[in-house]
Amino acid sequence: MEAVVDLDAALFEGLCRLGDSTLVLGHRVSEWCGHAPVLEEDIALANMALDLIGQTQLWLGLAGEVEGKGRDADALAFRRDVWEFRNLLLVERPNGDFGQTLMRQFLFDAWHQPMLKALEGSNDARIAEIAAKAGREVAYHLERSADLVIRLGDGTEESHKRMQTALDKLWPYTGEMLTSDETDRALAEAGIMAAPDSIRPTWESLVGEVLDEATLTAPEGAYLHKGGKQGTHSEHLGHMLATMQWLQRAYPDATW
Amino acid sequence: MYAQMVKSEATNEDPEKLAAFQARIDAGEKIEPKEWMPEGYRKTLIRQIGQHAHSEIVGQLPEGNWITRAPTLERKAILLAKVQDEAGHGLYLYCAAETLGVSRDELTEALLSGKMKYSSIFNYPTLNWADIGAVGWLVDGAAIMNQVPLQRTSFGPYSRAMIRICKEESFHQRQGYDIMMKMAQGTPEQKAMAQDALNRFWYPSLMMFGPSDKDSVHSAQSMAWKIKINTNDELRQKFVDQTVPQAEYLGLTIPDPDLRWNEEKGGYDFSEPDWSEFFEVIKGNGPCNAERMEARQKAWDDGAWFREGLMAHAAKRAARKIAAE
Repeated sequence: MEAVVDLDAALFEGLCRLGDSTLVLGHRVSEWCGHAPVLEEDIALANMALDLIGQTQLWLGLAGEVEGKGRDADALAFRRDVWEFRNLLLVERPNGDFGQTLMRQFLFDAWHQPMLKALEGSNDARIAEIAAKAGREVAYHLERSADLVIRLGDGTEESHKRMQTALDKLWPYTGEMLTSDETDRALAEAGIMAAPDSIRPTWESLVGEVLDEATLTAPEGAYLHKGGKQGTHSEHLGHMLATMQWLQRAYPDATW
Repeated sequence: MYAQMVKSEATNEDPEKLAAFQARIDAGEKIEPKEWMPEGYRKTLIRQIGQHAHSEIVGQLPEGNWITRAPTLERKAILLAKVQDEAGHGLYLYCAAETLGVSRDELTEALLSGKMKYSSIFNYPTLNWADIGAVGWLVDGAAIMNQVPLQRTSFGPYSRAMIRICKEESFHQRQGYDIMMKMAQGTPEQKAMAQDALNRFWYPSLMMFGPSDKDSVHSAQSMAWKIKINTNDELRQKFVDQTVPQAEYLGLTIPDPDLRWNEEKGGYDFSEPDWSEFFEVIKGNGPCNAERMEARQKAWDDGAWFREGLMAHAAKRAARKIAAE
């Protein structure tokens, strides 16, 4: 017989999946600060990172509350180790060139926006409320990333090549956000969160339309990596956490 | 204040026109981009506004250095918001400069070739987390000293940019001081970081106002044109008088053994920074000049394909629109 899933534990897990993904992506985006190709992009990237970090505070704050062990959003962000992180592998991919950063953003936004839309219908009012607030920000992220993918895909020969390379590199990391595991299914059945596979049709049609207009081609039959949601990450995440958590780890008695 | 040692340009125009122009400035009128202005006024302003804009852009780097290591989510968010504001300030200022007939790309090229400068302060490193506090408290504090009077500058677009920028800068200064408070009241290690940050940023902050300009002809011209409102020494004194009690409140020591209150002048006596160090930094020999310029050059070079891609797409779209009509 299948193990009975403890709903509170599943909810903690589900909230960490959301909050860790926004945290890790927000961190990656913030690495661009001062190095973007044009000033407008410096502003847009900082703005997006800011939104994502703000969403992290909400998701991880709620996760800590649900867990009930006295951990707040900062304790979860700065005092867990790699295997306790539940973010998607996609968002921990290194920035690469600006094309890869942008493609990663688009592939994520195209999932994030419909996911938040679905979460607005959660029977947990706390989740519905965060989703509605985050959804307003993310609608703008998606508009921007889709627009830039189109412009650069259908720009110069070089910009096209870079965007295609970015797509080829990142596509193998798009599987796990559209695949439900036991935790996802338990939360969906309880009406608390939307199942990732229910987002797939929207994601596929959105991504398909944008890539078409961008004259880009999704790789066919690519192997799809998984594991981030369950805590098995790439080598990259440990380095990110070493940077991100350093002060909290080095001076555990300090308040900041 | 992100403009240092801005040379004003000589002007050889019709004395009658010049006198009429000066009369408008003296009457407190704003000069708008399409109106007649002396060539020297225009060129000096381009230099000053451009230097200020470049400083905002390069200024993202020392603070950006800590975004990925900010110790809490809240601190990370505040720092991101601040650095975003600075990029925004850069944008308004480049726009103000554009109204004088110079493009953002031209200004960027002048920065990258070393023809134009940015404030010396951004060539100092941010080495511990309290430096982010010190940058907000001291560097933004010094910037505000200069920018508040510049809200009354004679050139309309510059004055309006300053009004917007000043609102945000005072928030920046408060968040810097707030970090310093936390650090100064924290563990012994945190307090040591705060003192170390103050030790390293004190004199470079005093240098931000530039060397004494009491005998400078350039400054006199800029002041007559209301491009410059106060002398460097006036602003430096004001900054020291404001900052010393703040340091005392934090329980930190200003690294100047000769600092003392002078009852007679109603201000502090203080040691001058090492001006030979200042001139070395301006020449490119500061601790971070090479890294800052490399970072800006790399952003520009690596971004070329992105900018070209967007231009090419815009051209394709325009062509398709024409073809469809």
